[in-house]
Amino acid sequence: MLYREALNKAMDEMMEKDPSVVILGEDVGFYGGNYKVTEGLYAKYGRKRVIDTPIAENSIVGTAIGMAIGGLRPIAEIMTVNFSLLAMDQIVNQLAKIRYMSGGKIVLPVVIRMPQGVAKQLAAQHSQSLERFFASVPGLRVFVASDATTAYYGLKYAITTDDPVIFLEHTLLYPEKMEIEEEKNFSPYRARIKKEGEGITIVSYLKMLHDTLKVVPIIEKELNTTCEVIDLCSINPLDISTIANSVKKTKRLVVITEEPKTGSYANEIINKVLEEVFYELDAPPLKIGSEDVPTPYNRTLELASIPTPEKIASLIIKWGRKHGI
Amino acid sequence: MSKSYAEQFYYLMKLGRVFELRAKEEYMKGNIGGFLHLAIGEEAVHVGAVLGFGKGDIFVHYREHVYALARGMEPKYVMAELFGKITGVSKGKGGSMHLYDPKFNFYGGNAIVGAHLPHAVGAAYARKYTGDTTGVLASFGDGATNSGNFFEAINMAATWQVPVIFLCENNYYAIGTRVDRASPFADLYKKAKDYMPAVQIDGMDVFEVFETVKKAKEYVETEGKPYFIEALTYRYEPHSMSDTGDYRSPRELKIAKDKDPIENLKKKGLEKGLLTQEYIKFVDDKVQQIVEEAVEFALNSPEPPLEELYNDVFCEVCIDVIS
Repeated sequence: MLYREALNKAMDEMMEKDPSVVILGEDVGFYGGNYKVTEGLYAKYGRKRVIDTPIAENSIVGTAIGMAIGGLRPIAEIMTVNFSLLAMDQIVNQLAKIRYMSGGKIVLPVVIRMPQGVAKQLAAQHSQSLERFFASVPGLRVFVASDATTAYYGLKYAITTDDPVIFLEHTLLYPEKMEIEEEKNFSPYRARIKKEGEGITIVSYLKMLHDTLKVVPIIEKELNTTCEVIDLCSINPLDISTIANSVKKTKRLVVITEEPKTGSYANEIINKVLEEVFYELDAPPLKIGSEDVPTPYNRTLELASIPTPEKIASLIIKWGRKHGI
Repeated sequence: MSKSYAEQFYYLMKLGRVFELRAKEEYMKGNIGGFLHLAIGEEAVHVGAVLGFGKGDIFVHYREHVYALARGMEPKYVMAELFGKITGVSKGKGGSMHLYDPKFNFYGGNAIVGAHLPHAVGAAYARKYTGDTTGVLASFGDGATNSGNFFEAINMAATWQVPVIFLCENNYYAIGTRVDRASPFADLYKKAKDYMPAVQIDGMDVFEVFETVKKAKEYVETEGKPYFIEALTYRYEPHSMSDTGDYRSPRELKIAKDKDPIENLKKKGLEKGLLTQEYIKFVDDKVQQIVEEAVEFALNSPEPPLEELYNDVFCEVCIDVIS
């Protein structure tokens, strides 16, 4: 199975179960989705339930809000997170606030799905990670789907909950082969320990998680220690207790995200860990992220702007040696 | 036009006017905070539209007290919301600009110009999807017709063929910018006429607003398509209580006030035998009493308890896990 097929399966099952679930977005229907995530659903459920929209991101989210008011459970696909900036009023001023402003009278079970991240030479306007923007807005749940399992269960959860959910995927994960590991009681609000270890806690998600896992054996060999790798499914709320408990054990923290480092969500994770377990730490936390530049088109420069497996390994090894591992 | 409609118009328009004049006083006393946008002068549009529309979802802008009252929301709960009290329609968390009550199919009270227009389109889509042909009403000001929200919403409504009445209240000013200084033409219905039937009417005449909206409702429900109405009206008060309103001449204000919608209704109603002096007197006394009681209620209502701060952000009983 492919990562994108896990997302498709989640939507398919929820649509089959609940006729109030609908999908809307640009090219999601007749065309089958620009990343093929909604492939086949138009043929199966028809154009009333898989709704092609004009290029009008603000009103894609706006009409999804109206649909939720009218009793539906819409899944709005924004083609990429870059275009969500056109919908920020509807996301931030409307979706996140109407429940509160109405004293709880209006409930908006809306999911907004979108891929983010740096793919390959798409240049600055198509190569961003923006989770920090969403995660800092009260009233939104923000999920990140790192693999087929969290994609499948996380999206099913997002469609089922009455809270508005921003559901972030990664462009480069769509064609990756993965399997859904069966889980009986999945909660997106529990962080997932992907690998246990004793010497360094590494927190990551989406593509950076995979890049990290690739080089963990090198890091462990070079530093003669073991790494505990934690994947997040929800970044707001954040399962801080799982992370803090791990850091209490390892005494060291590394956070890896693809956002430019200034103001990245990694800062929030590090800040929360410091508040909880500052005196337990044996080394200052290490933050790995993209350079503070718009993503360049040129491939060499592009690779220089983002964390790669090699960079992740060398940065952690250098940091580990400096701080006595 | 029946006698009972004329009487309802008079009652609701007068209630709206007295309510807002009283709200203005309470604002000056400091009992109402934030922004307060008064619709004095525009009552014929608000009341005529709500009654002409009848059953269905309503999405309104932030100048919405009279819409809410005409819709049947109790004056005391609306006033309590303005006072920020827990007894308010939105538990004191929304205020003047955010009156919501699904019981009355009333969905705001939106304070971002034009942002509720796509909501109306989505709601109409949802109703149609579930086999309900009832139309949806979205009202907005002249300023909103220059926004992306407006063009996106009319485009989607006409493409998807959903039954939305777009009611533009052209009061000639977007805060202090006159309509012809922000749009290449001042007849705003022209912006929609290639998408849907679009008309311009006298918004100071409640009978005309009522009849037009009623016909539009029949149209959107029979055809399953949108309809656009531009109602020419005027707000006597500044944009909000924090605006001086000095961009309008006293002469211009006088011309507008000479066409006062309530006086207009009284005159026509008496002439046609739809209203009596006795009824008018009865209503004038009655609404004073209702509004005084509303203010008393709001004043005596408790503040929201501090734990309300964290309520209504997310669902209280969330699903726990999924398999």
